[in-house]
Amino acid sequence: MAKIKKLLTDPINLNNPITMQVLGICSALAITVKVEPAVVMSISVLFVLGMANVLVSLLRNTIPTRIRIIVQLVIIAFLVIIVDQVLKAFMYDVSKQLSVFVGLIITNCIIMGRLEAFALGNKPFPAFLDGLGNSAGYGMILILVAFLREFLGFGTVWGFKVIPEAVYNIGYSDNGLMILPPMALIVVGVIIWIQRTRTKELIEN
Amino acid sequence: MNVQSNSYTFIYASVMVLIVAAALAFTATTLQPIQQENIRKEKMQNILTSVGIECSRDEAVDLYKKYITTSYVINSEGGIVEGVEAFKIKLAIENKKVLAERQLPIYECNKDGAIYYIIPVRGKGLWGPIWGYIALEGDYNTIFGAVFDHKAETPGLGSEISTAWFQAPFKGKKIFDETGKLVSITIVKGGADPNSPYEVDGISGGTITSKALETTLLNSLQPYESFFKSKAE
Repeated sequence: MAKIKKLLTDPINLNNPITMQVLGICSALAITVKVEPAVVMSISVLFVLGMANVLVSLLRNTIPTRIRIIVQLVIIAFLVIIVDQVLKAFMYDVSKQLSVFVGLIITNCIIMGRLEAFALGNKPFPAFLDGLGNSAGYGMILILVAFLREFLGFGTVWGFKVIPEAVYNIGYSDNGLMILPPMALIVVGVIIWIQRTRTKELIEN
Repeated sequence: MNVQSNSYTFIYASVMVLIVAAALAFTATTLQPIQQENIRKEKMQNILTSVGIECSRDEAVDLYKKYITTSYVINSEGGIVEGVEAFKIKLAIENKKVLAERQLPIYECNKDGAIYYIIPVRGKGLWGPIWGYIALEGDYNTIFGAVFDHKAETPGLGSEISTAWFQAPFKGKKIFDETGKLVSITIVKGGADPNSPYEVDGISGGTITSKALETTLLNSLQPYESFFKSKAE
């Protein structure tokens, strides 16, 4: 039981794929301008990573070592295309919002990293939990960064105006720098900084 | 069985590719009719939105029949081309043709007794195609409404062309200046002159898409120029 809990919680804090392993940074920069796409992206990654981990784990004893990366890529691409096609047919509006990002899941190094590091050497159930934990850790940072950028950059959250007109009238204005990619990197850096100061295990001598 | 042998690796790879290809081909062909239907309904929905009729995608089919009284195809000289259905014309193909051969669709909408002329526009955005519909009033000059959409513009930035706050200021703008020259609409970075009938605001952080849309509008409206002029007189 403790092991199961560890599989789920470790990637959220101590072994977070973005802040500790610094993986998946490109998508963290690209789609964190607004909260909504960040949430949909997190859910899609959750589905793809969970399924891919289980599939690779099931096949782990049959995959020839020399082509294992290719096999993993084919499985990820397969799942992503299925997600894309199903969204286009049954959830057309969501698929339009995600547009190019569905395809970009294939290149998310967190997925490849978990398949290679965990699914290839573990049974399907732990692999599934590992997938859930890691996509949760990824999604959490993504949504946090997106929230800060949308709030400071547009004054909105999920597209709704949250900063009242009165605040603008006394001289406040949205920070246009927040919506540019470099600020995402700086926000991620600040999150890493805070996390490292607050977590004892991470303080280096 | 030796999992690492060459022959096993080859067979494994081939079988895997075959299974995945078959599964994907099956999914794609099964879902294609539903996807095509979505796209067709969305086109009707977009055409209706340009004249200010808000509706869901499913309602669009009935409302389209009700409001769009006729549609026809013209050529760049302003003459009607017979025997072509406007709704089936693909602008992506037409835009590649030389001007004289292009087939230009027009949709006529009768809303509350007034006739509006809806012109489809299409061009290149930053990452992929952008398109939309411009509804003109009876003078073939004043814009009654506009709707834009895109395939892959940056979410939150360029993709804002498909939102209401960006599209609403197009209403009431004019495409011909006082001398009768087709000037189309200029999308201004840093705020449009509120008194100018030819300018609208651009998108912060989405300047390339804004400028691409400006070019798209001009290029798409120009072939209609002689038709508009002959009708307006």
